[in-house]
Amino acid sequence: MKQLLFFIKKEFFHVLRDSRTLVILFGMPIAQVVIFGFALTNEVKNSSIAILDQANDQTSSAIIDEISASRYFDVTSYLKTNAEIEQVFRKGKTRMVIVFPPQFEYELNHTNSATIQMIADATDPNIANTLVSYASVIVMDYQSQQTLQTLPLSIKTETKMLYNPQLKGSYSFVPGVMAMVLMLVGAMMTSISIVREKEIGTMEVILVSPIVPMRVIVAKMIPYLLLSMVNVVSILLISYYALDVPIAGNLFLLLAECFLFTLTALALGLFISSVAETQQTAMLISLMGLFLPTVMFSGFMFPIENMPIPLQVLSNLIPAKWFFYIVKDVMIMGNGFKQVWQETLILTIMLVVLLTISIKKFKVRLE
Amino acid sequence: MRTLRILLEKEFRQIFRDPAILRLIFMMPMVQLLILPLAADYEVKNVKIAVVDQDRSTYARQLVEKISASEYFDLVDYGNSYSQSLELVEEDKVDLILNIPLQFESVLVRENESTVFIAVNAINGAKANLGSVYLRNIIADFNREIRLDWIQTPRINPQPIIQVSSLNWYNPLLNYQYFMVPGILVILVTMVGAFLSALNIVKEKEIGTIEQINVTPIRKHQFILGKLIPFWILGLFVLAIGMTLSWLVYDIVPVGSLATIFAFAALYLLAVLGLGLLVSTISQTQQQAMLISFFFMMIFILLGGLYTAIESMPMWAQWVTKFNPVTYFIEVMRMVVLKGSTLFDIRYHIFAVTIFAIVLNSLAVFNYKKRS
Repeated sequence: MKQLLFFIKKEFFHVLRDSRTLVILFGMPIAQVVIFGFALTNEVKNSSIAILDQANDQTSSAIIDEISASRYFDVTSYLKTNAEIEQVFRKGKTRMVIVFPPQFEYELNHTNSATIQMIADATDPNIANTLVSYASVIVMDYQSQQTLQTLPLSIKTETKMLYNPQLKGSYSFVPGVMAMVLMLVGAMMTSISIVREKEIGTMEVILVSPIVPMRVIVAKMIPYLLLSMVNVVSILLISYYALDVPIAGNLFLLLAECFLFTLTALALGLFISSVAETQQTAMLISLMGLFLPTVMFSGFMFPIENMPIPLQVLSNLIPAKWFFYIVKDVMIMGNGFKQVWQETLILTIMLVVLLTISIKKFKVRLE
Repeated sequence: MRTLRILLEKEFRQIFRDPAILRLIFMMPMVQLLILPLAADYEVKNVKIAVVDQDRSTYARQLVEKISASEYFDLVDYGNSYSQSLELVEEDKVDLILNIPLQFESVLVRENESTVFIAVNAINGAKANLGSVYLRNIIADFNREIRLDWIQTPRINPQPIIQVSSLNWYNPLLNYQYFMVPGILVILVTMVGAFLSALNIVKEKEIGTIEQINVTPIRKHQFILGKLIPFWILGLFVLAIGMTLSWLVYDIVPVGSLATIFAFAALYLLAVLGLGLLVSTISQTQQQAMLISFFFMMIFILLGGLYTAIESMPMWAQWVTKFNPVTYFIEVMRMVVLKGSTLFDIRYHIFAVTIFAIVLNSLAVFNYKKRS
């Protein structure tokens, strides 16, 4: 026991003396939460659009006024000819061009029908779709203002946004960032620090000493376990106080689940270190095998339900996916253990399997 | 000149003898290009909907049929208890609940107005918003249909109607992969450039061989150039592999000229390599270098406009993106590959990246000290 304590102390010194790494380890989650919370949004707003008004009549300018008043659109240029449409798109910033045909108002009044054409830059299909539908709604609203009579048989809709009434992106980003950071600190850092001893040869020194190898490994994992939990707490604090993300469920349950996931990440790191021989290989495996899948399959950046079936099946093997569910359930929706016990069980099984394999694979002697 | 040639020979030998690096160079483009675009499909479809139909009238049933026929919605549950459906939302089996209240039809006919309720799981804000907009559009459509059935409308519209027609240029089929693949190519080139060059010098530091170089008469800029050029060539090579893969797999052929893309990439790589070198001059171990470059890459990539539109960001973040080389390359790739922009169209991007390249590389040369 005393031996183990000494080793843990040694590892703490290792980690604490490298101040640059430490700054980044603590800075990373903060930077991520700030970026995700404040900067990244899937919402479409302030999109630059151009207008080609060939009619120049009252109706067209009234509609243009409505559109430029909307917060979704910034009318940045007025075009004169059709040829300019292509040019303005090629320069890059403009997302949509709205074209009013000549004699727009005349046609509207005489044939009772006139067409506005919306040409969207569909390089980003989602934004193109969204902009066209927003603009169409504005045109429709304008029309219904003009015809004030109420229509028969009106179905009204009332919409309620559950859990996230202001539609903040941070509600789904925060659990994702937690998964990402814990994976990074837990798996990547642990694996690198174990492999490093192999690479510079100190592992051999440890292995010939009377120390039980498993204790060395445990000692290596404990500082990162603590670091991870500090990161969890700092992420929770920032998201609660700065981003106004609620912690609706039981805080202890949430922390316990984070602890479980961190252990899984550490076990993964241990597994990688038993496979990799050099630090670069360990990094490569952590990046490609852990980090990328974590980002992809935890469901906060890429919607899992849109993926092809084989990928959806594969996603079940990624611990981060289950962790993301758990955090979302407990933290945002305020569910109790009853709703997340299955996911917790899956994570626990993954943890046990990983630990067993990597302990079996861990070589007591070097070749 | 001869010194440089010998240095280059050394670097190339070192790179090609290290299987890990070679794997990185060939595997990364493959995995990223083959898997990421499949995953990065942000289209909102397959929204899981539960209908709570307490009315069970003809209109209610017609509305439900119309919804389940739509490509956007999957009707998961059709019941008559709101609390049961809410439980499904809690279990993540349902995204959206449509509640048709009791006597929906009779109130509609009697009072000419009736309300249905929508409840959305809004944890994923953007999806919730679009999902509810789609549903409201369907309901509005349905409303129009039943109104037409109800009133005998004259053949010519009694009221003027403004129609909206829309065209999708550059990507008429709204293929999301056309949007993602050029961006992923940028990430690829950036990762190869920044990580490899950062790790390379630090490895020499860690295993001590840098001392041997420091005692030779090799000049600072020769050493840096010797490190830069191999990775510059590798970066362009990876881009070439990536472009070929995206042509073979996704059928993406640049509308603009390949020369423009590679010319810009060459310039961009100089900037990224400079960044990698700078990181390597300030770190002592590979772990440090890895973590520092990872930290910056993450910020650059997230704020680069690959996933989310830059103009939606708050002002301060938009300013940060101006100092982010990744932003410029992503924009250029999308412009040239999809829209066929020319060198003249991207002149500001070229200017910005040139400045990055000069500043970052001078800093790196300045920071590299021959004594430890």
